[in-house]
Amino acid sequence: MNALQFAVTRRAFLQSSLTASGGLLLVPVFSRLATAEEASVSPPNPFGLFLRIEPDNRVFIGARGAEIGQGVKTSLPMIIADELDAAWADVTVEQLPLAIDYSGATPQWKYGPQGAGGSTSIPDAWADLRQVGAQARWLIRQAAAAQWSIPHDDVATRDGHAIHPDGRRVAYGGLLAAAAAMTLPAEPVPMKAPAEYRIIGRPQRVVDAGDIVTGRARYGIDVYEPGAFTAVMLRCPYFDGDIASYEDSAARAVPGVRAVVVVPGPKPGEPITANLATGIAVVAEDTWSALKGRAALKVEWTRGPFAAESSAVLDAQCSELLARTGQVVHNDGDFDAARTGAARTVQARYRQPYVSHAPLEPENAFVHVMAERARVIGPLQQPAGASRAVHLVTGIPRPAISVDMVRSGGGFGRKLTNDFVAEAALISKATGLPIKLLWTRSDDLQHDFFRPFGHHELIATLDVDDRVTGWTHRLASASKYYRRPNMQPEGLWEAELYPDDFPAKLVPNYRLEWHSVQSGMTRGSWRAPAHTANAFVVQSFLDEIAAATGQDPLRLRLAMLGEDREFDYAQHGGPKFSTARLRTVLERVAAGIDWGRTLPRGRGLGIAAHFTFGGYAAHAMEVEVSPRGDLAIHRVICAIDCGQPVNPLGINAQMQGGTIDGLSTALNLEISIKDGRVVEGNFNDYPLATMAQMPRDIEVIIVDSTESPAGCGEMGIPTAAPALANAIFAASGVRIRNLPMRDQLVQALK
Amino acid sequence: MSLRFTVNGVDREFAGDGEMPLLWYLRDHARLTGTKFGCGNGICGACTVLVDGAAQRSCVVPVSAVAGRSVTTIEGLGESGLHAVQKAWLEEDVAQCGYCQAGQIMAAVALLEKTPDPAPADIDSITNLCRCGTYVRIRRAIARAARDLSK
Repeated sequence: MNALQFAVTRRAFLQSSLTASGGLLLVPVFSRLATAEEASVSPPNPFGLFLRIEPDNRVFIGARGAEIGQGVKTSLPMIIADELDAAWADVTVEQLPLAIDYSGATPQWKYGPQGAGGSTSIPDAWADLRQVGAQARWLIRQAAAAQWSIPHDDVATRDGHAIHPDGRRVAYGGLLAAAAAMTLPAEPVPMKAPAEYRIIGRPQRVVDAGDIVTGRARYGIDVYEPGAFTAVMLRCPYFDGDIASYEDSAARAVPGVRAVVVVPGPKPGEPITANLATGIAVVAEDTWSALKGRAALKVEWTRGPFAAESSAVLDAQCSELLARTGQVVHNDGDFDAARTGAARTVQARYRQPYVSHAPLEPENAFVHVMAERARVIGPLQQPAGASRAVHLVTGIPRPAISVDMVRSGGGFGRKLTNDFVAEAALISKATGLPIKLLWTRSDDLQHDFFRPFGHHELIATLDVDDRVTGWTHRLASASKYYRRPNMQPEGLWEAELYPDDFPAKLVPNYRLEWHSVQSGMTRGSWRAPAHTANAFVVQSFLDEIAAATGQDPLRLRLAMLGEDREFDYAQHGGPKFSTARLRTVLERVAAGIDWGRTLPRGRGLGIAAHFTFGGYAAHAMEVEVSPRGDLAIHRVICAIDCGQPVNPLGINAQMQGGTIDGLSTALNLEISIKDGRVVEGNFNDYPLATMAQMPRDIEVIIVDSTESPAGCGEMGIPTAAPALANAIFAASGVRIRNLPMRDQLVQALK
Repeated sequence: MSLRFTVNGVDREFAGDGEMPLLWYLRDHARLTGTKFGCGNGICGACTVLVDGAAQRSCVVPVSAVAGRSVTTIEGLGESGLHAVQKAWLEEDVAQCGYCQAGQIMAAVALLEKTPDPAPADIDSITNLCRCGTYVRIRRAIARAARDLSK
């Protein structure tokens, strides 16, 4: 997801000290560098605790990651606690603020990377956080060894206690002063073997669950800072449109309204670094007054350069582009020669609509811009980006900008961009007031960094034995890199096609081409970005090849994967792709759904597998299609190999949730365009699936592994939609190539 | 003239705009922030509360409509310890981001009041949206709560 990239040296060490209450405080110093972007700035946060052990043996672990529902507030502390050999019941998790240390020549993350994107939280944390726990345990063992006058290696640990070979035990809490006086070795200390894990790999419930079910959990929208005012904005609905004229006297007359200010947007066509549209903010004493004030605004908008854009215009543009060769972005062998010599070709086109992130907690942020400093509190996927956005629009140096993170009511990539933080900063700067900016649902659906729109054409060539000899994938899409700073046109495709994805290196003549679709829609990273589009297309097309050649879809996939091998994988999620691991998840779901059995008329099985950001996932589904086209999803099985599982309960949740996200989006969701603006405005016309529309159960298989862990926030999505489309075809003979599916089955069977 | 009603058993009086949605009264004025804003159109159900025991989307209920009535929010559920539905939510580890869950729990409480032994089709009648996709575990939690409440 191109979130934060780091120059990494795999070494972290702890600085230990005793707190006033006699606790042992351990603060890690990471010798990894922050990004070049971060390197140009510097922050000022009060560096809170990272790991603290109290004399009563309670363990407080700071959660550095942004919790957006992917479970890192539970899983990252689990990694520390296991190496520490703490008892999980003694652990309390506390959210850490953004912390970058700017005191040295090069800025450094105080606690390691804190963003949430690209399923990187777990892989980024794996080595470092285990070392944090291991070093703390090393200090404790050293203290116990000194107390008992025995060698360090003779001290065992378990559940927050050091254990003497004769069975004597002492709680960590009784060793803190001695531990604080010990000096860590210069080199990383040994860590556990997987067989020794006692917390990692065991199911742990969401640490905030007690607060969630009682309404006490604090999200961005729940930040009520003393003296803060609520702001809502009316943004120009037209892409790159502007304010022609406005009248705000009625808005100002609404009781409770304190100010009305114009918030300028980015210049048309220029990179988007802060907010994404021009608008007018209404600042009031409470939300209802602000909303009433906004409703009383009278604004005439200019329609901007994209006034003629519509979904139909984009479809026509794509059809025209796909008729000719695009920018060749990857080329193995000679596809044209393969085509000339082919016994048979299979060809199909697919369409992916724009979709919106629609996190259930709409965008919001508290920002107070003061004379020489600023405060930010918000539901953030990239807290460092929030600091940068406030710096950009206020000029306040980043050391003077504090950023606190609270739980986020979903992210899905929407909160990777900090446009809403920039808006709150602009409003606070203009009014001098502490501002809590709230987006409404229509704001959210109309102004997003949407998942890109595109049409795909695939052609496969086959030899006389029906083996795939050639493959082209020609994509016309509106790149998510649109208006990203420092982006050259020739690199826009890199967000849309990942050249090392299946079936790269498995088909000798393999060509990828890309066309740039001109669209005024702002685009961005939507959970598992291009994998959602490309896995649907590739995994659907495999079934089309199987159908055209009379092959079994599972056998075709296994035959194409061939013998177990590893290939280089240069995009995010590499450095290697293993055919064996993809084969395994395919075989696991196939076995689970009893692939190959005879089904009653109207029923069908579908299967799909894909490698996403370091994780291998597959889905198998059984569906029923009635003669008039009603769809029932009877059974869903998914499998994931994400390496060493950290929290099986969390993985289960991510896979179930990813499946539902994939199904809901494929069945129902599209952001459409008319007259240069978004049509949809709430959940009535952007209908997220309800419980009744989703499978009653989703079985999750977690493949045992001790490989270095991948994340799993995104792996559950890409294969859900193609497995469904393939099952629908098997049940009904109807191939759905255009998303969303909506009533296409009913129409096709009329 | 001010409006009188109770929230979680406490007498309340509100002299402001009676058209204000109950949601914003609860959040901005009563500072009961467990009830969430999701759509403002009565669709997603993140703002679900009980009004005289019935589940209501508080974002489309004006404060004036609850005059003389009794409102229960997530904070007022299970005043003596956790409600069986809340316990079931913990047991089934339902939450991901957790944002919709207060509304989901209130909807489940209202369902179980009317239908103590719900069939899957009864559970389908809950239309609260969960963007994280926790529906499978919500179903299990409701079934578990139903079993616990019938004991």
